[in-house]
Amino acid sequence: MKDERGRELLKGVTRRHFFRQTGFGIGVAALANLLREDLFLPSAHAAGPFEPRAPHFAPRAKSIIYLFMAGAPSQVDLLDHKPKLSELNGTNAPEDIFKGERFAFIRGTPRLLGSPYRFARHGQSGAEVSELLPHLATIVDDVAILRSVHTTQFNHAPAQIFMNTGHQIVGRPSLGSWLTYGLGSESADLPGFVVLLSGENQPDGGKSCWGSGFLPSVYQGVEFRSKGDPVLFLRNPDGVRPEDRRASLDAVNELNRTHLEEQGDPEIHTRIASYEMAYRMQTSVPELMGIAKEPPAMHELYGTEPGQRSFANNCLLARRLIERGVRFVQLYHRGWDHHGTNSRDDIVNRLPSLCRETDRAAAALVKDLKQRGLLDSTLVVWGGEFGRTPMNEERNGSKFLGRDHHPRAFTIWMAGGGIKPGVTVGTTDDLGYNAVEDAVDVHDVHATVLHLMGIEHTKLTYRFQGRDFRLTDVTGNLIEKLIG
Amino acid sequence: MRMRVHGLLAGAALLAGIASVRAAGPATSPPATEYAPVQAIFTAKCVRCHGPEKQKNGLRLDTRGAVLEGGIDGPAIVPGKSAESRLVRQILGENKPRMPYKEPPLEAGEIAAIRAWIDAGAPGPAEAKVAAEAPVQKHWAYVKPVRPEIPAVKLSAWVKTPIDAFVLARLEQEGLAPSPEATRETLLRRVTLDLTGLPPTPAEIDAFVADTSADAYEKVVDRLLASPHYGERWARPWLDLARYADTNGYEKDRRRTGWKWRDWVITAFNADMPFREFTIEQIAGDMLKDAGPDQRIAAGFHRNTLLNQEGGIDVEEARWETLVDRVNTTATVWLGTTLACAQCHNHKFDPFSQKDYYRMLAFFDNAEYRVEGEGPKVMDKWIVEPELELATPAQAARKKSIEEEIARVQSRLDATTPALAAAQAAWERERTAPPPVWTPLRPTAARSAGGATLAVAEDGSVTASGPNPERDTYTLAARLPAAPVTAFRIDALADPPRGTPGRGDYGAFAVTRLVVEAAPAGGRLRAVPLARAEADSDANAAALLDRDPETGWRGSDPDHSYAAVIQPQAAVAGDRVVIALEHQGKQPRYNLRHFRLSVTSSPHPWGGLGLPEKVQAIVATPRSQRTEAQRKELADYYRGIAPARERDRQRLRELRKEMVALAIPTAMTLRERPAGERPSTPLRVRGAFTSPGDRVYAAVPAALHPLPENAMPNRLGLALWLVDENNPLTPRVTVNRIWEQYFGRGLVETSEDFGIQGDRPSHPELLDWLATELLSQGTRLKPIHRLIVLSATYRQSSRFTPELLGRDPYNRLLARGPRFRVEAEMVRDIALAASGLLSGKVGGPSVFPFQPEGIWDNPYSDDRWQLSDGEDRYRRAVYTFARRTAPYPGLTVFDAPSREFCTARRVRTNTPLQALTTLNDPVFFEAARALAARTLKEAAAAPEERAALAFRLCTARRPKPPELAPLLSFEERQLARFRADPEAARAVAGAGAPGEAAELAAWTMVANVLLNLDETLTKE
Repeated sequence: MKDERGRELLKGVTRRHFFRQTGFGIGVAALANLLREDLFLPSAHAAGPFEPRAPHFAPRAKSIIYLFMAGAPSQVDLLDHKPKLSELNGTNAPEDIFKGERFAFIRGTPRLLGSPYRFARHGQSGAEVSELLPHLATIVDDVAILRSVHTTQFNHAPAQIFMNTGHQIVGRPSLGSWLTYGLGSESADLPGFVVLLSGENQPDGGKSCWGSGFLPSVYQGVEFRSKGDPVLFLRNPDGVRPEDRRASLDAVNELNRTHLEEQGDPEIHTRIASYEMAYRMQTSVPELMGIAKEPPAMHELYGTEPGQRSFANNCLLARRLIERGVRFVQLYHRGWDHHGTNSRDDIVNRLPSLCRETDRAAAALVKDLKQRGLLDSTLVVWGGEFGRTPMNEERNGSKFLGRDHHPRAFTIWMAGGGIKPGVTVGTTDDLGYNAVEDAVDVHDVHATVLHLMGIEHTKLTYRFQGRDFRLTDVTGNLIEKLIG
Repeated sequence: MRMRVHGLLAGAALLAGIASVRAAGPATSPPATEYAPVQAIFTAKCVRCHGPEKQKNGLRLDTRGAVLEGGIDGPAIVPGKSAESRLVRQILGENKPRMPYKEPPLEAGEIAAIRAWIDAGAPGPAEAKVAAEAPVQKHWAYVKPVRPEIPAVKLSAWVKTPIDAFVLARLEQEGLAPSPEATRETLLRRVTLDLTGLPPTPAEIDAFVADTSADAYEKVVDRLLASPHYGERWARPWLDLARYADTNGYEKDRRRTGWKWRDWVITAFNADMPFREFTIEQIAGDMLKDAGPDQRIAAGFHRNTLLNQEGGIDVEEARWETLVDRVNTTATVWLGTTLACAQCHNHKFDPFSQKDYYRMLAFFDNAEYRVEGEGPKVMDKWIVEPELELATPAQAARKKSIEEEIARVQSRLDATTPALAAAQAAWERERTAPPPVWTPLRPTAARSAGGATLAVAEDGSVTASGPNPERDTYTLAARLPAAPVTAFRIDALADPPRGTPGRGDYGAFAVTRLVVEAAPAGGRLRAVPLARAEADSDANAAALLDRDPETGWRGSDPDHSYAAVIQPQAAVAGDRVVIALEHQGKQPRYNLRHFRLSVTSSPHPWGGLGLPEKVQAIVATPRSQRTEAQRKELADYYRGIAPARERDRQRLRELRKEMVALAIPTAMTLRERPAGERPSTPLRVRGAFTSPGDRVYAAVPAALHPLPENAMPNRLGLALWLVDENNPLTPRVTVNRIWEQYFGRGLVETSEDFGIQGDRPSHPELLDWLATELLSQGTRLKPIHRLIVLSATYRQSSRFTPELLGRDPYNRLLARGPRFRVEAEMVRDIALAASGLLSGKVGGPSVFPFQPEGIWDNPYSDDRWQLSDGEDRYRRAVYTFARRTAPYPGLTVFDAPSREFCTARRVRTNTPLQALTTLNDPVFFEAARALAARTLKEAAAAPEERAALAFRLCTARRPKPPELAPLLSFEERQLARFRADPEAARAVAGAGAPGEAAELAAWTMVANVLLNLDETLTKE
């Protein structure tokens, strides 16, 4: 049976449900022939494709907040402590590790660059964290650190697209799209997959990072904008008050209902439902975005300043979105691309400032979820699209310290949502160049994330161009050591 | 989808229902004793390991013969005895391992179907009783269509075209009757939308309703087929297939010029170019004998690929990606085949090997390209493929005269004269003179127009911080020393390792103009005319003095300090000076970061200024000791900065600008490299660019028809092969795609995949009849369109009866007319047409209608959406500028693809974001306002008349009383509210609305309702 057919039928289910709820007579008998009512899960919403759907098995997490650090943070300066690298600082990198390697910018023989930052062990778990992340250091016992991820891509756009869709070329659905396609959403008033941006701009991969690929476009991430309306065209035109909009929607719906009686096309129901959802979003989205009403203690915790475009504000918004039943929230913070060509992209000035922009709020998010009892059901993921070289880039002889793109090993962390708290999984070699123990690839990360959401990754498929596609392509192994 | 089957919809009854919809059409469960549904189960669940690709345990399950033959362990089944059949025992798990291996077990319904078939004696078509080693029966789509007999039907009076006979025969078989014909209004709107993408005008509706002649409808169809808007509407699906866009895609996503190709497509459709020529010219128009500009433009089809220009990209890999896309797109567009599967391995289901894939790729691997660009600062190389220049006669003439003048000016500039030699000698003396004494100015005020903070240090130097706008002007005031000033000097200062001279990329700066004003003590400021400017390492610094914002003085090394000296026409004797340093050029944020201003009163201000390293070395060499090459180099350098030639240099810049401003359109094309041998390419192991394998030569897939005899094995030969009469796929794929546009689903629903994994056609004979009809019409498409829209099938009412909804919810049997939400482009075009805003202009460069702020944010591009002027704001959606990384939101929200890859079939969604768009997007609200104004102007004053006209403009029909009533009461209440609130009325009615704002505002709200009706957004 085809995925698409299942989706179509599901729409029918929803329509049927809507019929019953709103008491329209037309077509009920006909639909009842096609779809037996006892097969449906009860649902409080008529949101069509976002109808909540049961996972394959009992999930550990119900929702995900993915903190995507676009630009690729330096693992050896933040989470993967390499004393040996510091020892060898300034010496030529051993030829056998970089020979034949394709770098974005490094030319010739690069020199090793030890981290200028101190690492210390924290918490009961004794996890090693750099001094640049003092807030993360306070929550390490709730966090699982994974130091052995590798990817196949060494340029930002394809690597970000790979990290999000399991394929380096645009056109495949992103993780959030797969999740909302597979599980629907618990929110009647908000989209199931929301994207929030902060930092220098959009990620390099652009909107393809949260695209739905060949899945229906309803599953693409909805980008809440940080300037103007958070959702495009959410605001009524000037001079149109909410009650006018209500009255005009009543007129639209009444005419549509009249036409439905004549025409009998269930799709007209879907339209009426989507206009109602649009109306609810006009209220629910501004309410959601109104973080100014949060108590001062919250602002103190996150470091939020209402009205600003900031990672901290987005972290707080992410928590509010999850509270309202949204399935997948993805934050992008762009600016981690520290090549060291000048003082604004080096690891001495810029890396610490990026940490200051993000560390407190990311840790606050985990603390806040925990104190609200939401951490168990929410998986928080932090990470970029690849790592950075243990070598100094020295592009055109630059005197600034910086690191080139490095796909062979990088670090991400997760919290909540069924992970094993306090573990550090995976080891890289002495230089942090290659993952040598528990090496995992992007598909393994995806398989694990889906597993925590109650999805068997080989079974979440969609038929397109003659093939069953899945997020993990033809691979993907669970990272058992990460699962609690 | 498996997941929901297991998790949510688990229930055999429902599954059986779905299976029947898929395999044989709705409501008729195929008898389980037929082989076809059983093979469908094997194909879906088993053939991956037991088929042409792999034969685990020697077993194949892709034909009935093979099933009977069995594998290493003997026959898979015992006909008549399912319980004894090995296959059954294994799918039940009685024999281990349970099959399918490591996959979920077969559904109960599937197992039952297989068992019933075996128990019935495993019946099957006689021809399928072949031994496993005999050639596998060809998949239907790979067999050339044979024109089927037109079936006999009972209700023959209903039949208007042969299409109807095929449709009706099936309906009669199912015991269904066709629906009555749609009303005239509905039919006219349907066919006008289908053929032109626009709604009919009230006059067209009136004329059609009033025309009682027998051929009234045919006349309408012929009128629409002749409309220039036909080509615009039918270009749209082709543009999706061709992944046409106006930018290159990927991170930088720069603009490209492709619209000439888009216009070629529209023109070709309007001219009803046979699909044969249409294909040949797009695949290989450049290789045709006597190829003219049109054929070369057409060959731009495969230039619509993405182009990767990201830093660090391997250019060969970037090109390889385009080749892969060309193969995949060709296969989808013409063959309806998922050849892409064979990039990494032999196709799992269809008869295409990995070698086949690279043989196809070889056809495209002989096209010309070159690698351009290698900046020292940023890795910046990219692939360049050929472009055509398409000047109008006037442009060509002007271009010629510009070129001639450029040549004249250039030769004047290059000329060596005794006067110039003398001036050069004097200049050399000036430059080698001892440095004068420079007195730093200590600004008393320093202001940035763009909001930067300018801090003045003790030493007089100024440092900018804070906001760094794209363009800025620094204005500095300072006291002048007592002695008259003979020259000013600007130093752009680097403070390594952290501080750069500028604030642009990598610390670069540009000063595009310098303005000096001076005032005597207690007097007014007056402009100081400047005579000459030179810099230490930028030969273009003289342009500091002109008004051209694109030229000036620049520096780009982050660790290097730069200096420029500027001489006034006369020494400045004054008390104070105001100096403006402008950066108004194209490069964003190239503002100075750290700089100092100084003055001198020396008559020899040029000494010590420095020159580019090489030139400096020459100047420092005594004349007699200079080599000829050095003499020439120095002379060349001097000519480039000689004040006497500044006018010519300026003229040259103007001419070059004018050349750009001519905006001679270009088009992308392909050009074949001269080929000594058959085009070839290395196979890539597992599809990876970095793993080249054996070299393979251009050839067509072995499973399909051979290259025609007259065809060479090159790209042109490939084109001829695609349109060869023996091609079983292209005619079917082409008519199916047309059918899909009309009925919402193709006869083969998977219009992108006619292979084994694709859907079977709902009406195989009809598909083959249409395919053969296309050929007998000389591959012209308009006759096919005409046949379809004239059919009784197409003309049916689209009303859903409860019976039809139950039996055939997706209308595969076609017992009613099509009804679905119109495509993204039509959503916009309908609103603009109804409101009267729509421009009828056909063709031309892509346009920029209103779009909200912030859509085009791209860190690697400063390209901006520049709202078009006048009617270009209201063009049809097909002309909207298509940027791949940031597509137009009003189109994407209605499922328009980003055009990054070939899209054969758009999904169709209905979402709240769409509702927000048509309700609140200024484009749609402006349309509502215009529709209201049009209604007030064109309709009689009675509210019923107004409502009726507006309703008709949107839906093509008159409202019925139960529809009119809510509209009128809404209007009445809105009118009262706007009368009570004139400010709101003005806001809604828009600035400068004539007459009473309240009335227009109220009708704008009504129009907004009408533009959001389901019927307005739907083809009914």
